Amino acid sequence: MKKLGKQTIKFDNPPCITEVASIVGPKEAQGPLANYFDQCLEDEFWGEKTWEKSESKIIKETVNMSIAKSGIPSNNIEYCFAGDLLNQCISSSFGLRELNIPFIGIFGACSTFVEGLSLGAIFTEACAEHVLCAASSHFCSAEKQFRFPLELGNQRPQSSQWTVTGAGSAILSKTGSGPFITHITTGKIVDMGIKDANNMGAAMAPAALDTLLCHFKDTGRSPNYYDAILTGDLGYVGKEILIELAQDKGYHIKQNYNDCGVLIFDKDKQDTHSGGSGCACCATVFSGYFFKQLKDKKMKRILLIATGALTNATSSQQGESIPGIAHAVSIEM
Amino acid sequence: MDWFQSIDWVGLLKCFVVGGFICVIGQILIDKTKLTPARILVIFVTTGAILGGLGIYQYLVDFAGAGATVPLTGFGYNLAKGAIKSVKESGIIGAFTGGVTASAGGIAAAVFFGYIASLISKPKMKKE
Amino acid sequence: MKPLDSKNEYQNYVDKKSPNSPIFKNCFHAFLVGGLICSIGQIIMDFCKYRGISQEISGTIVSIILIGLSAFLTGLNMFNKIGKYAGAGSLIPITGFANSIVSPAMEYKSEGYVMGVGGKMFTVAGPVLVFGISTSILVGLVYLIFNTQTITLV
Repeated sequence: MKKLGKQTIKFDNPPCITEVASIVGPKEAQGPLANYFDQCLEDEFWGEKTWEKSESKIIKETVNMSIAKSGIPSNNIEYCFAGDLLNQCISSSFGLRELNIPFIGIFGACSTFVEGLSLGAIFTEACAEHVLCAASSHFCSAEKQFRFPLELGNQRPQSSQWTVTGAGSAILSKTGSGPFITHITTGKIVDMGIKDANNMGAAMAPAALDTLLCHFKDTGRSPNYYDAILTGDLGYVGKEILIELAQDKGYHIKQNYNDCGVLIFDKDKQDTHSGGSGCACCATVFSGYFFKQLKDKKMKRILLIATGALTNATSSQQGESIPGIAHAVSIEM
Repeated sequence: MDWFQSIDWVGLLKCFVVGGFICVIGQILIDKTKLTPARILVIFVTTGAILGGLGIYQYLVDFAGAGATVPLTGFGYNLAKGAIKSVKESGIIGAFTGGVTASAGGIAAAVFFGYIASLISKPKMKKE
Repeated sequence: MKPLDSKNEYQNYVDKKSPNSPIFKNCFHAFLVGGLICSIGQIIMDFCKYRGISQEISGTIVSIILIGLSAFLTGLNMFNKIGKYAGAGSLIPITGFANSIVSPAMEYKSEGYVMGVGGKMFTVAGPVLVFGISTSILVGLVYLIFNTQTITLV
């Protein structure tokens, strides 16, 4: 692998995404992408007593499903990268404690999945035969930790987003039939001073822009090189902002750009306001929908930019602004 | 159903309009500011206690009845009214006992029913 | 247009870009539901008075019944749907106060009945009691100091 420009790595032997799996909750199961996910749950508890346990079970089952689908014996998988939104990433560490694979817990807020793919790709090229990357989020546990009790009769602002319940998991291998991770662009923390925790899209859009521009600069590519440019969870508000900001900088991405948070829910029917969010948003939309598009050769090159809001309940109560981050992976068939 | 005939319909209308109007003020705060529900409740209860202490809220209560006492400003008014009443009866100690005494029923009911509800019910995901 | 030049400009730009709440619709809903809840209170009050119960006790009965009703609806997972429709219409009446106590009690049930339910019950409503009670004590003390009928007409 070698470094391109300031923030991008180009792989000499691009790691292959061998297999993926996705499990989503009941609300996502009513959304437009329902048929693409491997499993849709009927209730948000999934037979568990708490939401935290339920989220752990979701990531555990998703990971097991991806291993089973790939046919790779689990003791041949050398590393596991996983993370989530709950304090100290308990969903992934509790869910994967019986996995028996060397575990590296990661936190990048909602950008965790792509952060995992980036690190996993480096490990695969460097030393490992197979690496596993996963991320999860759960609407109820996230609301409990970041916002209000579920039964509180409040109104959600129009710019707020709906945390996706679910998990996505991907297995990277040294060799395979593709799709391949050819480049990764690791983003910087960008904080434009947005303090409104109900407007995460606006808080993260500048970070997404930064990574997007950096990727084009480092690789010398232009937006129309890709069949699809996808952000993780900017939602409707952030999507609009990113299109305008990019246009301002001379990049016209409107044609092939979309956002996973926009795609996963039906805004009018499901009343999710500005769209989906959470680690599982881009993890499930990529694993569920775009991986199959690449496999079926309907798309050849996509740029997945997962965005994260690096905030917590304490920092927002203390009036801190919301730093954003965005990591990009270029996935090509 | 004798009491049904005794309902004061004009009073009920006044109650509806005043109660609804107080809620509209709250709605404007929700939509136009970024205040959280807890902060809005605090603003209402404090405003109610101050207006109650100044004797202004009493006019609204006389005019609209439950339309003024049921919103949270009425809770504040009740606290302040209770404090003043107790001060009259027992001096300085009344300032500390009066407010809570006057609103003890509501607070105790909320705590008790809250505990019962948590025993028998589980939170569910908002379906829409 | 250079919204990324400064944090202020970006904030203004974002405010322009973010969708507004449908405030007229929300206010209308809040007015209807808020008025309705108060009217239910008034009817209970009238009934109590009809039965010869004193004004003060009637007020307490109204509070307890509305709080009980709100707790019941919260327990049935229905209050959040009412709240979504009504906004301040169900938040501002005493029903909202009850909901703000019952909802964390249910939410934190998973952390146990003592520290979970008992400890977290007041996460939302605690400030209301702190500020409400403190203000009432101040009102009492101020009344004591001035102790004249001109300051307080109560």
